[in-house]
Amino acid sequence: MDLLSASAVNWSRAQFALTAGYHWLFVPLTIGLGLIMAIMETLYVKTGDEKWKFATKFWQKIFGINFAIGVATGLILEFQFGTNWSNYSWFVGDIFGAPLAIEGIFAFFMEATFISIMFFGWNRVSKKMHLASTWLVFVGASLSAFWILVANAWMQYPVGMEFNPESVRNEMNDFWAVAFSPVAYNKFLHTTFSCWAVGAAFATGVSGWYLLKNRHTDFAIKSIKISAMVGLVAFVMLAVTGDGSAYHVAQKQPMKLAAMEGLYEGKEGAGLVAIGMLNPAKTVYNDDVDPYIFKIELPKLLSLLGYRNINAFVPGIADIVDGGYTLQDGTTALPFEERQARGRRAIQALADYQTAREEGRDTDAANHETILRENYAHFGYGYLENGEDLIPNVPLTFYSFHLMVMIGMYYILFFMIILYFIYKKSMNTTRWLQYVALWSIPLAYLAGQLGWVVAEVGRQPWTIQDILPVQAAASAISAGNVKTTFFMFAVLFTGLLIAEVTIMVKQIKKGPDTTTTDEA
Amino acid sequence: MSLLGGLLVFLLFVQGGQSMINSLSRKEDEKKLLVNALGRKWEFTFTTLVTFGGAFFASFPLFYSTSFGGAYWAWMILLFCFVLQAVSYEFQSKPGNIYGANVYRAFLFINGVLGTFILGVLVASFFTGSEFTMGKGNIAGLGTVGPVISQWQNPLHGLELFANLRNLTLGFAVLFLARTLASLFFVNRLSHEVLEKRSRKFVLYNGAPFVVFFLVFLIWTLLAEGYAVDPGTKEIYLEKMKYLHNFIEMPLVMILFLLGVVAVLYGIFLTVFSERFKNGIWFSGAGTVVTVTMLFLVAGYNNTAFYPSSADLQSSLTLQNSSSSEFTLSAMAIVSLFVPVVIAYIFYAWRALEKKRLSLDDLSSDGHTY
Repeated sequence: MDLLSASAVNWSRAQFALTAGYHWLFVPLTIGLGLIMAIMETLYVKTGDEKWKFATKFWQKIFGINFAIGVATGLILEFQFGTNWSNYSWFVGDIFGAPLAIEGIFAFFMEATFISIMFFGWNRVSKKMHLASTWLVFVGASLSAFWILVANAWMQYPVGMEFNPESVRNEMNDFWAVAFSPVAYNKFLHTTFSCWAVGAAFATGVSGWYLLKNRHTDFAIKSIKISAMVGLVAFVMLAVTGDGSAYHVAQKQPMKLAAMEGLYEGKEGAGLVAIGMLNPAKTVYNDDVDPYIFKIELPKLLSLLGYRNINAFVPGIADIVDGGYTLQDGTTALPFEERQARGRRAIQALADYQTAREEGRDTDAANHETILRENYAHFGYGYLENGEDLIPNVPLTFYSFHLMVMIGMYYILFFMIILYFIYKKSMNTTRWLQYVALWSIPLAYLAGQLGWVVAEVGRQPWTIQDILPVQAAASAISAGNVKTTFFMFAVLFTGLLIAEVTIMVKQIKKGPDTTTTDEA
Repeated sequence: MSLLGGLLVFLLFVQGGQSMINSLSRKEDEKKLLVNALGRKWEFTFTTLVTFGGAFFASFPLFYSTSFGGAYWAWMILLFCFVLQAVSYEFQSKPGNIYGANVYRAFLFINGVLGTFILGVLVASFFTGSEFTMGKGNIAGLGTVGPVISQWQNPLHGLELFANLRNLTLGFAVLFLARTLASLFFVNRLSHEVLEKRSRKFVLYNGAPFVVFFLVFLIWTLLAEGYAVDPGTKEIYLEKMKYLHNFIEMPLVMILFLLGVVAVLYGIFLTVFSERFKNGIWFSGAGTVVTVTMLFLVAGYNNTAFYPSSADLQSSLTLQNSSSSEFTLSAMAIVSLFVPVVIAYIFYAWRALEKKRLSLDDLSSDGHTY
């Protein structure tokens, strides 16, 4: 079967990655700061201390600058499913569209409505109503993230649906299975804590800068107190939910786990690579080249994380392609060729079903439908050419994963030290720590981006796990068209990012406004 | 969906306003007031657009895949100018914005003109048709064109829609409608004598061309061939005066449509001719919502292909062949039961912030200005 040109598919992937990458520069800060400013405003309402109000207003300003551009990139992502992944949109739109629509109706409206009260309502509504609005902005943003992540989790672990050969698409048959799939809520928690983490690292770093400059020190210490606590909770919870993620990946996307660990040959009682370097000489999955130049391993840990059993067998890349190992349910894993053959059988059965229906041969159609259903679990494999198509970019997934984990560990230590110095009341005199806080900001952003690289590069070639690879999901548009829009967006987003950063720097240099009076 | 479409067109008054900031104001403080009046509303339009996209995806996935993936350039330009809008309010008066306030105002202008115009052209294609083929069997390799279900037949990928005169008339109609609604909004919201006076004139200047373009589109469409579906065989064929027949066969839709049009005109006329009348936006706004909703119903109900293909009639999208499964639609229907709650808090927020009209003094005291 003729598939789409690889170049058009890859440009569509690049365009989506570009938009998502930019989106993820802005969204975590809005959700993270959303929490921090809501806590601050609560303290203001409780204590009546105006300083908390100035702090709230300052972080709200930063929030506002980020919000607009986060929204803009989000809009593009939503519509790109249609513009660039049109086959995907039909094939699973019956399930995938619902969370996006619910996000708009429930979450996004809430966020957008209460944002206007938060910004313009200081003198127009009561203190308590204003506080409620600030919290609702945070809740709206978090709900928004929830529904989007439900959609994303469904792509990685499709549940609650059945294929309908009549309409040639997957149809939802269990809404709650989609909305509360274990992968979805773990993904939501992990991602939300990563947003808190970015917000906390940002607020701590900016406050560190004020301390370095010896300006607004009271405000800075107040901000650090709140954000460091949020940050420590966030990073500890990231480790906890990260463990949950690893478990789900092992169960549902073993290839992604193998790529994250650079594990080519599976083994029982597999260790977790703490630090390692991949061997670039390894070019084929089943050559005999050692995949590592060096590695330090924590024994048995990968088996424990992935299967809750220190001696469990963790399949490597070669095992997954070649099959033959025993799966959790006791059956033997099929080799790629077999899955490909079954996938092609499913696709052919679908074609035969369609023809039979058109010609009014209903019994034949029913037979083809049976064949289709028996082989549907392998449907997507029918579009692939060879076993290597199953393997994502291993170095990118491996390094992204390990760097992300290292940054996470670093931050747990970092926030513990910050809180210790806050407790000792010597944060404002410890200059080295203020420098560290400031220069750590990019690391939090980097970790968030790396997390998405692991999640999305690691699941290639699938748009929907085992059901639809990218080659069969994209729109029928030429690479030239997509390339043009890619560069249009690249220039636009970069231009706006530069403006955004300089505006934020100016606002930060200006500092909190302590002159406004409370009229409410 | 039709109602959401109606709401979206009403809320395009923000875009309409953006397209006339420079022509309506003479001085910087006037410009600032206009920007801020609109700036407090832009999120509503934007959110509605996002919801419109999501709801279309959930309800008519085949439209999502056919139109967005096919009329690629029309949608991409539309999206591009909405990105420009999103940052322009927040960034334009902030120090360090690099490009200067005028660039961001130009962005607002571009979004104001192109955003409304392109949407109008795209909506018109629901009546005039587009060049695509659709074969669900493609995904199983039945076609000769690869696995993609929807194939756009014109290499211009949506730009060709702008070469259709009837599409253009609706494009201009929506643009001038948005500007008319914006003028009515300014009359209602601003506590600024000079701007209010000028806005009243602008209601006339924009209302008149709107009426002309809209009537031309309407009469042309009513008299033209439409895309009918045979309810028995599901075959699609061209029927003379199909949309006129739809109105006649759905009298309630026709009555509501006419009432909507009257309400729009009532708001315009009274604002132009009575100097004390400030509530034109509510009449014309509600009228717009009703009229557009009914127009969408005429495009899709009564055995009509709502997204017709002029390249291959049988590829046209109908409510039956392109909508979601019953299960998903019921789930969405349950979700829509919460819409009144959403509308209630939006109404509350609007009231809380809009107890009084916006004046220049408010800009500094409210603490957040654009």
